Amino acid sequence: MIIASNVSKNYGRLKALDNISVTCVKGECIALIGPNGCGKTTLIKSILGMVVCDSGFITFNGNNIRHNWKYRAHIGYMPQIGRYPENMTIGQVLDMMKDIRGTKNEVPDEELVEQFELNKLLKKRMGALSGGTRQKVSAALAFLFNPDVLILDEPTAGLDPVSSEILKAKIINEKNKGKLVLITSHILSELDDLISQVIYMQEGKLCFHKNIINLQDETGEVKLSKAIAQVMMKN
Amino acid sequence: MLANNLFAKTIRVGQRQAIKTIQQGLLLAVNGDTVMVEPGHYHEKNILINKSLSLIGINHPVLDGEHKYEIISIKANGVLIDGFKIVHSAVSSIEDFAGIKIYSCRNVVIRNNILEDTFFGIYTQYGVNCTIEKNTLISFSKEEQQSGNGIHCWKADSMRIITNNITGHRDGIYFEFVTNSIIWRNISEKNLRYGLHFMFSNHDSYISNVFENNGAGVAVMFSNHVKMIHNYFKENWGDGAYGLLLKEISDSYIESNRFVKNTAGIFMEGASRIQLEKNVFEANGWAMKIQASCMEVKISNNNFMANTFDVGTNGNLVLNTFNNNYWDKYEGYDINRDKLGDIPYRPVSLYAMIIEQNPPAMILFRSLMTSLFDKTEKILPSLTPENLKDEHPLMKPLPL
Amino acid sequence: MKKIIKYVIIDILRNKIVLAYTALLLLISITIFNLEDNAAKGLLSLLNIILIIVPLVSMLFSAIYVYNSAEFVELLVSQPLKRRTIWLSLFLGLAASMALAFFIGAGVPILLFEATATGFMMLATGLLLSVIFVALAMLAAAMARDKAKGIGVVILLWLFFSIIFDGLILFILFQFADYPLEKIMVAAVALNPIDLSRILILLKMDVSALMSYTGAVFKDFFGTQTGLVLSFCVLITWIIVPGWLSLRRFNKKDL
Repeated sequence: MIIASNVSKNYGRLKALDNISVTCVKGECIALIGPNGCGKTTLIKSILGMVVCDSGFITFNGNNIRHNWKYRAHIGYMPQIGRYPENMTIGQVLDMMKDIRGTKNEVPDEELVEQFELNKLLKKRMGALSGGTRQKVSAALAFLFNPDVLILDEPTAGLDPVSSEILKAKIINEKNKGKLVLITSHILSELDDLISQVIYMQEGKLCFHKNIINLQDETGEVKLSKAIAQVMMKN
Repeated sequence: MLANNLFAKTIRVGQRQAIKTIQQGLLLAVNGDTVMVEPGHYHEKNILINKSLSLIGINHPVLDGEHKYEIISIKANGVLIDGFKIVHSAVSSIEDFAGIKIYSCRNVVIRNNILEDTFFGIYTQYGVNCTIEKNTLISFSKEEQQSGNGIHCWKADSMRIITNNITGHRDGIYFEFVTNSIIWRNISEKNLRYGLHFMFSNHDSYISNVFENNGAGVAVMFSNHVKMIHNYFKENWGDGAYGLLLKEISDSYIESNRFVKNTAGIFMEGASRIQLEKNVFEANGWAMKIQASCMEVKISNNNFMANTFDVGTNGNLVLNTFNNNYWDKYEGYDINRDKLGDIPYRPVSLYAMIIEQNPPAMILFRSLMTSLFDKTEKILPSLTPENLKDEHPLMKPLPL
Repeated sequence: MKKIIKYVIIDILRNKIVLAYTALLLLISITIFNLEDNAAKGLLSLLNIILIIVPLVSMLFSAIYVYNSAEFVELLVSQPLKRRTIWLSLFLGLAASMALAFFIGAGVPILLFEATATGFMMLATGLLLSVIFVALAMLAAAMARDKAKGIGVVILLWLFFSIIFDGLILFILFQFADYPLEKIMVAAVALNPIDLSRILILLKMDVSALMSYTGAVFKDFFGTQTGLVLSFCVLITWIIVPGWLSLRRFNKKDL
């Protein structure tokens, strides 16, 4: 579904992505992990076309994404820190996104909007929202158009435990529908129930891309955090 | 004279009279007679007057030169021409055809005439003690080369040019080598070149005239002892137009005049010993441009209001004095309450100096930078002429 | 694209700075027209406002707005939208808002008090200047990633076009005083939209006689129909070129 081939990106001297090749297929839930500044967000942004890579290419459903924009209709993206025009209300933002992106035939998936009880806050200005509520809006927007691919950058950061669980349930639900989910997170423990594959990155390089079961077998650990710790020790 | 008056007769000319043409009437007349002309349209070619007589029109009979002739030529002393409408004189680039021309004679009076579409209007050469008054001169010239002057005096003395209206000529009033004469209460407007053109003419006065909207304003050149009083120089606005151009003038008075909306109110070059008093300069581009070749010009008790530039000059040498003028741009104060500003006013702005030295800098006119320049220069004068200043500017305008 | 422009304009119009700018212009122009007994003199004062305040506010506001909308732009870029659409929407939204603010703040008083050739010229150049400096601000914002740097650049640009450029002109005029520079000056003016607008307006006013006092070149060029059309073409080029450059930069930019 998404194939990155030899993708490199430099910011000045810093190598944010160093010759990364990775293949992500449907029905998987992939955790993208690694220390701070390892290039996770850059990779995600490259896939979204927000960052233009220096060399290599990325294809989405077999089409090169460069100079292409229509493929993003199949992606739902939840940014790390979602910020919106401060003067708009939640309702207006939702309406605007529906206006820009919605199609007439499709009914938007408002499950998260309801579960997060955003309906009660429709008149609140974005500028007046707490970080958590904003994350809720971001999450709701990512799932709103029933996309084939979900890219979630630190989805649970700032969410209260209840909302966090709602979101997780939603992710699992979507994965089971056969969608591709890409998640980055610092909190490895909360990824345990979700993911089927792990991509581990360090200093812009891809260290490994493994099935979670293989990883557990290799390390003998069930918990993702411990498994990763062990891999890192070996390195 | 007495004999003349006693036996003087009046000859009537007109359609219903025995004498049908003016020429006939003039033939019959002798010195001292009066020829009265009844209303009508007269095509008389050139009317030559060589006797001292009065030619008087009743209700402005029309004398038509058919664009071929000089209409009236006066070659005798003491002639009076009164009350005609004189139209369509010949036009030539070689000869100075006129509506009425005075050839070397004295005591001629020309009054109450209307001159329309004449080449030159009233032309005097070697005239002495002549009076030209209450005439209206209208020409419809389009180009300077093909137009003549309204009232033209060449080598004359003791002339009186009074309450005439002149418009559409090359120069409204033209004086060359004319002495001891007066130009009083005339209105000269919309002439192609100068409202008044004044050269090599000494000891003359012009008083209470209006010079409005002429191509280049008024020029007074190469003369001395000229008095210019109570005139109105207005809207001589355009490329290279002046309210009053003074060139090589000395020992003259310029008093109680108004200069309004001229590109330059007064432009002075080579002027010396001139007194400028009680004049009003209002809404001119430059109120005054004084070239460094001027000396002993005394400028005092004038009002300077709403001019774009107050004074322009082209050098640092200043031999002229400004004193007790009112300047609306003055920002000083009067602590001792003597109605005079306590700090001097410098009427030359830095930008005015820059333009004078470098004319294309006009392209920066009204830009932010030039106004900043001027503000700085006001605080720290460095480039504007040190001596060009009014030591005691008035705090309030004079009631002029 | 229409949808995004709509949202950008709605967002800008809610911004209090634009309202304040409109009110300020309105206040200044009405005061000027009411205080000056002579409307032509009022126009002259207004000239300075148009040449100084309009570029500054248009440029500062646009740059700050673009920087503040970085996240919004980011959000839009992750959506199935062309970058060109997003950037042009942003530009058109800003340009329309700034032009509207100028029109209400200065244009309406001009039309009410001074509906003459001078007034219309002022209106036209004011509107164009508003848009030109939006385009320049967007170029600066697209080039400089850092907000502080970008705003610094914008202020420098304003200083350049308002003062420094004229200083250079003056410097050149004096350095090469012995050469006939008038024709070159006509061309040089095209390099600064503020100067070009100033001259176009001045030539419609009485004081234009002063400009040609020292040489008829300016009037012979800018006063003619051809000169006028050419000048407006130059002003429009000042919108298109920075706009196009900024778009090119934005298309390649990493967010």
